[in-house]
Amino acid sequence: MPLLHRIARKDHPVIAFTLDGAPCEGRAGDTLLSAILNRTESLRRTEFTGEPRAGFCQMGACQDCWVATETGERLRACTTPLQPGMNIVTGTARVA
Amino acid sequence: MSERPQPLIVGAGPAGIRAAEALVAAGLCPLVVDEAPACGGQIYRQRLVQDGRSTKDLYGSEAGKAERLHAAFAALEGRIDYWPQALLWNLRDGVADIAVGGTSRRVAYDGLVLATGATDRVLPVPGWTLPGVFTLGGSQVALKAQGCAIGSRVVFAGSGPLLYLVAWQYMKAGVEVAAVLDAAPASAKLNLIKALPLDPGIVLRGARFVAELRLRGVVIRSGIEGLRFEGEGRVSGVIWREGGRERRLACDGVGYGLALRSETQLADLAGCAFRFNQRDRAWLPVRDAAGRASVAGVYLAGDGAGIAGADAAERAGERAALALLEDRDLAIDKARAVTLEAELARIGKLRDALETAFPFPAHWAETIDDATTLCRCEEITAGSIREAVNRLDISEINRLKAVSRVGMGRCQGRMCSAASAEVLAAATAKPLDAVGRLRAQAPVKPIPLALQLAADLPEAAANLPEAAE
Amino acid sequence: MSRHLDIDVAIIGGGLVGSSAALALRGMGFSVALLDKGFCGAQASGVNYGGVRRQGRPREQLPLSQRAHAIWPRLKELIGIDGEFLRSGHLKLARSEAEMAALEAYAEAVADQGLDLELVGHNGLRERFPWIDGSILGASLCAGDGHANPRLVSAAFASAARRAGAHVLENTPVTGLTRNGKGFALEAGEGIGLSARVVINSAGAWADRFATDFGEPVPLSRIYPSMIVTEPLAPVMTVNIGMEGGGIYARQVERGNVVVGGERGLPLDDPDFSRPRGAGALAIMNRTAEIFPALRHAQAIRFWSGTEAAMPDRNPVIGFSGTTPGLLHAFGFTGAGFQIAPGVGEVLAELVRDGRTPTPIDAFSITRFSRPPVPPENHDRTSHGSGAGPHPEPQSRGAST
Repeated sequence: MPLLHRIARKDHPVIAFTLDGAPCEGRAGDTLLSAILNRTESLRRTEFTGEPRAGFCQMGACQDCWVATETGERLRACTTPLQPGMNIVTGTARVA
Repeated sequence: MSERPQPLIVGAGPAGIRAAEALVAAGLCPLVVDEAPACGGQIYRQRLVQDGRSTKDLYGSEAGKAERLHAAFAALEGRIDYWPQALLWNLRDGVADIAVGGTSRRVAYDGLVLATGATDRVLPVPGWTLPGVFTLGGSQVALKAQGCAIGSRVVFAGSGPLLYLVAWQYMKAGVEVAAVLDAAPASAKLNLIKALPLDPGIVLRGARFVAELRLRGVVIRSGIEGLRFEGEGRVSGVIWREGGRERRLACDGVGYGLALRSETQLADLAGCAFRFNQRDRAWLPVRDAAGRASVAGVYLAGDGAGIAGADAAERAGERAALALLEDRDLAIDKARAVTLEAELARIGKLRDALETAFPFPAHWAETIDDATTLCRCEEITAGSIREAVNRLDISEINRLKAVSRVGMGRCQGRMCSAASAEVLAAATAKPLDAVGRLRAQAPVKPIPLALQLAADLPEAAANLPEAAE
Repeated sequence: MSRHLDIDVAIIGGGLVGSSAALALRGMGFSVALLDKGFCGAQASGVNYGGVRRQGRPREQLPLSQRAHAIWPRLKELIGIDGEFLRSGHLKLARSEAEMAALEAYAEAVADQGLDLELVGHNGLRERFPWIDGSILGASLCAGDGHANPRLVSAAFASAARRAGAHVLENTPVTGLTRNGKGFALEAGEGIGLSARVVINSAGAWADRFATDFGEPVPLSRIYPSMIVTEPLAPVMTVNIGMEGGGIYARQVERGNVVVGGERGLPLDDPDFSRPRGAGALAIMNRTAEIFPALRHAQAIRFWSGTEAAMPDRNPVIGFSGTTPGLLHAFGFTGAGFQIAPGVGEVLAELVRDGRTPTPIDAFSITRFSRPPVPPENHDRTSHGSGAGPHPEPQSRGAST
């Protein structure tokens, strides 16, 4: 079961993106974090112990929700609006 | 130099908006820099798109204030420069480095209003890094700005006025609230009597939240100890002690926080003097009643300079702007300044009373389990911090950082500095203010190595004299 | 609160030089006080880049550097931790034919010093270090060099000296230093008095005041090397990187963070520090992204800097005072002190015990800065110290410093 549950925007337009190679859908108005956590149980794995994380502060402070695009560009999920066609790689952020 | 550079306001929350408004009213054109895509700060944060909910749905009793602030800022369009989604990552010698639109710009300013806001203060407890555990503020952002609940059966734990507010907001939104676990003993709430004459509205609202939560059968517990979150791969339950007995409750989401923590990194980079604030248990930039910092031309307003809430932030933002104008020898409405300061003093008393009703459980720091992660970024446990303290005879927080890496990671100590100072103080049996203050470093948040300096670098800014060491 | 210590050696400055000297002196049985105006290793010793590098040093430093080279692998037994020392190799890059020629000339000039330098051509670089941008023409590899964590090493040397019985007095600025009949009288901190037969001035960027007070002023200047660290990244960089002619230097630590330094020698560098450092940091970051394409999306998470003492001839001052018996100097390492410091500590201990050392250090004598030597008339001079109080301002404020 995903971590987040929608209360609003359930019928907003679908925004298609790719998450770790798999096709995925968010809704218009989602941040990347909301879009991902409405589909999954966690967001990334940590660099040193590999434990799962799913963000924490949701306001750009804790820096615990960095993901990358398939080309390596870093995105802080909680402050990045979801865009159609985003190709997101989570796992560890050790994508060089 | 032909013209004075424009004033710079950092943050477009209640303090930043009111500061901008006051400067514009005096004929100045400030630059407002904000990380968010739209104004409002965290408390009056706006949605990315409309979602069918009203402002009343979003902001409850504060809807009017939210609407007025958003409208006030909208009315400034064309009379200020406004850079949303912009990160001010370094400050020095009257120049700000700002990452915006894919490049970094160097902006000389004359007058700096820091309205940087706050984030949740937390102490680590076992399981606090599990997916599904968010800060109270984060839980609120998810609901308000994203229309998402952090679970289908949620527990709220910690301390501070936000604890009951967020729980109530979730209940109102139709989410099952399994429990509210308050770190403070029930007797602490008697202190609200002191707050009653200062702001009856806020006290009665709080009482209504509690009453309505109880009416819906929400478990409310006070004076809880031994809080921990459990789960494999995600949170599945909360465990705590009360009256010597261990209790356990299943849940799939947790909102956790112990009131708020000021974001002071930019004040530090600006060179402001800091003083230990016993009430907030934090080092805060020194300011006078008008918001003047120790550095000439720097003004501090809102929760970023000490936790006082959104109503105070509006007033402090306006007062700081008036101070900036006064210091430029521009005429101001002196009576207005007096009124604002009086209102701020009243709210300050209210905060003192609220703090005694929602006290910070400092003793939790002593009992943080050695195996618990203290620094989320560098994944440093409380035990390894205590080991470093003992092995190297560490007595100061920056030394602790140097030898243990605590606070060295991506968040620069935002999430762990309060806890690491408490743990260091407890381990060395010193008062909290005796272990020192974690110094801020640029960049205040991560920036890409490939971030390019904007091509429009003004020559004047490029050849600033180096400050004396 | 007054207190008196009667000791053989008082060391002013608890950086890596002072604390390694304290440790070595304790090993010889001397009583030692190690004084620091702040915390030991909090200045240049603790906040430098962390290069453990012989390659590139002037020939006269190499005997001392080789001596230190033998110490680094023994850190664990010496100070209880390995200090994250990695013998990764040090690769110095050339961007042009002229720079490559300079690397070749250096390798030839120090061929007898045992550095075992290996020149690597463009094809060799592509094969062995494919993570380095193709615009780099060639390089010189010193396989025995490496890097370590200065934050840990410096603190651990001071802590080992304490365990070995040295009086380690932190937040204790020396406020008075007087030569008297048998040795020196020191006043320090809040009411601490010390009598010492020998004084070692290892006060780093603050050392010139003590030298001046004993009649031997030195042309010491201060430099502020800027460092940047990235988020943790997958292993990319297998060696410690330097560049001929300056530019940047970079290393990746085992946890994955890449540490990059660079300031002197950068095109943006200005000897009078007139360029703002925010832009300087960006330039270093951009350069890193260019030279190591795998890092082009990496993020910088923190900057820092330190205050270091620099001498105009880029050589340190090490050895006996030219004016005052019993006074030793060891400072002015000009951004290259980290690797040799443990060797300097041993040399200082030998100078205290024997009055001489088998390691050649003549090139570092403080007398090289004195004009025609004038014999001092009076040895009993008084120094009032730096006057700096405890808890000095951070040497590392933001991007800037």
